[in-house]
Amino acid sequence: MALDEDRLEDWVELFDEDCDYRIVTRENVEQGLPNVLMWCDNKNMLRDRVESYRNVNLYNPHYDRHVIGPLRFTDKKDSIFCFEAGYSLFQTSLEGESRLFSVGRYRVEASVEGNLAKLKSVTVIADTGLVPSLLATPI
Amino acid sequence: MTPDIAWPRNDYSRVPFWLHHDAAIYELEMERIFRGPAWSYLCLEAEIPDAGDFRTTWVGDTPVIVSRDKDGAIHAFVNRCSHRGAMIVRALRGNAERLVCLYHRWCYSNSGELTGLPFRKGLKGEGGMPQDFDMQAASPRKLEVASCHGMLFGTFSDRAEPLEAYLGEFGTGIIKRFLSRPIRILGYSRQRIHGNWKLYAENLRDTYHASLLHEFFVTYGVDRATQRGGVKMDGRHRHNMNHAYAATDTQEDAKAAYAGTAARLDRMQLRDRKLLEFKNEFSDGMNLAAPVFFPNALLIQINNSLATRQIRPQGVSAHEVFQTVFGYADDDAAMTRHRLISANLVGPAGLVSMEDGEAIEAVQKATRSTRDGCAVIEMGGRGEVRDLAHRVTETPIRGFWSYWAELMGVEPAGAIR
Repeated sequence: MALDEDRLEDWVELFDEDCDYRIVTRENVEQGLPNVLMWCDNKNMLRDRVESYRNVNLYNPHYDRHVIGPLRFTDKKDSIFCFEAGYSLFQTSLEGESRLFSVGRYRVEASVEGNLAKLKSVTVIADTGLVPSLLATPI
Repeated sequence: MTPDIAWPRNDYSRVPFWLHHDAAIYELEMERIFRGPAWSYLCLEAEIPDAGDFRTTWVGDTPVIVSRDKDGAIHAFVNRCSHRGAMIVRALRGNAERLVCLYHRWCYSNSGELTGLPFRKGLKGEGGMPQDFDMQAASPRKLEVASCHGMLFGTFSDRAEPLEAYLGEFGTGIIKRFLSRPIRILGYSRQRIHGNWKLYAENLRDTYHASLLHEFFVTYGVDRATQRGGVKMDGRHRHNMNHAYAATDTQEDAKAAYAGTAARLDRMQLRDRKLLEFKNEFSDGMNLAAPVFFPNALLIQINNSLATRQIRPQGVSAHEVFQTVFGYADDDAAMTRHRLISANLVGPAGLVSMEDGEAIEAVQKATRSTRDGCAVIEMGGRGEVRDLAHRVTETPIRGFWSYWAELMGVEPAGAIR
């Protein structure tokens, strides 16, 4: 939701300080290759990226819309819940033209303490390896 | 048929926009450049290390298979079945003793020879191919392949000069710089840009835009026009390299130079500086090197991220940028991790490269409707095309167009080269 409403700073706050966020492509994963499209291995790197988007980078003005499938829990290690979900991400230009921007799945580890959940690790495995135009705002 | 191009000037300081929008020009480029005497980048030898390895690639918009035969020799041939034209190989890569078309199971060797086809002699004396059917003559069209330090190039033309001469001392020297040690492929990224492929070729020859469009470069001091650097070209001015030397300017130089622009040299600091850490691993001290080879190749180093890029034209108004990210075979785990963190800077989501796609699409959108309009290419001077020891130039773009015009057979009277 935060990403779809361009609340990138709020999105960063969903993460633990010691977190890992990366976007990889299925093409690389299936060949056992480690290349990343985006990799922040702690929350400060996420903050840096968002600050750079807000002040420095120029990218296509657009709206995002994530459609996320049912969560499938895969593991639980102490207070860490592991789950996966498929996603579709549509992008819409300011002139109202929508396109399917990316489809793939999330692999997530979240720590839950009391009522508070924090994202420890989010790996986006994008089936869409051919990035349309450019990839700026996170998936 | 040769098109009539009214070049306003003979030094390519004006380039008509319609050249990015014309289907006939595109078809002629495929014929005279990509299937002509230029050498196109295919892939890296390290991607097909073993006998029987193959991978698919593109030369212009022609699908091509690059493969290694049982004796280790490398071949490239058109990925199109001689029979009814199906793509022979649909996988991105693999290892096989022979390549078989799915449609009617025609078989090809690793060197691209048609070696067999089902029911060639018919069944019980009926049907089959005519007795005089020539398997050899029906083999797919081959490319001549040559390697420069493990970077593979191919050409369809027997009129092409030898690869070494084509790249020149400039090209062979800089490729050796990147590929002097065995490499390890770290992976791929792809980007489809909705603009003519030549706009990307121009972008790679334009050192002027780098520190303006890519504000990240300037703001965080990765690359500024005030650093020592420049542009180098081969003798024919068809290839070029933007480059900069690490830590050769001061914050004061940069502040003065960028005073009138939007760059925020003072206010912004990364919380995590490792993104920009540069471990100097080249004796020349360059932290940015981007040699470009006509028509479709780029080698790029930004700090410790290393990659090749291949331009794959996809019709007159789109192209794919296919990037192969690599490190060295003797990198330890920490260095590989560092290269992958550095890779945040480049590629389709790269903090310093993401804007290129947007800029190119903005040009493609806005120039479609002008038949008379021209790009103005004067930054760095008019007239003769030459190397420059500064970075405020787009002169190599004029070099690109001069060679493009030569291959296309459309040079203006008195054209510079």
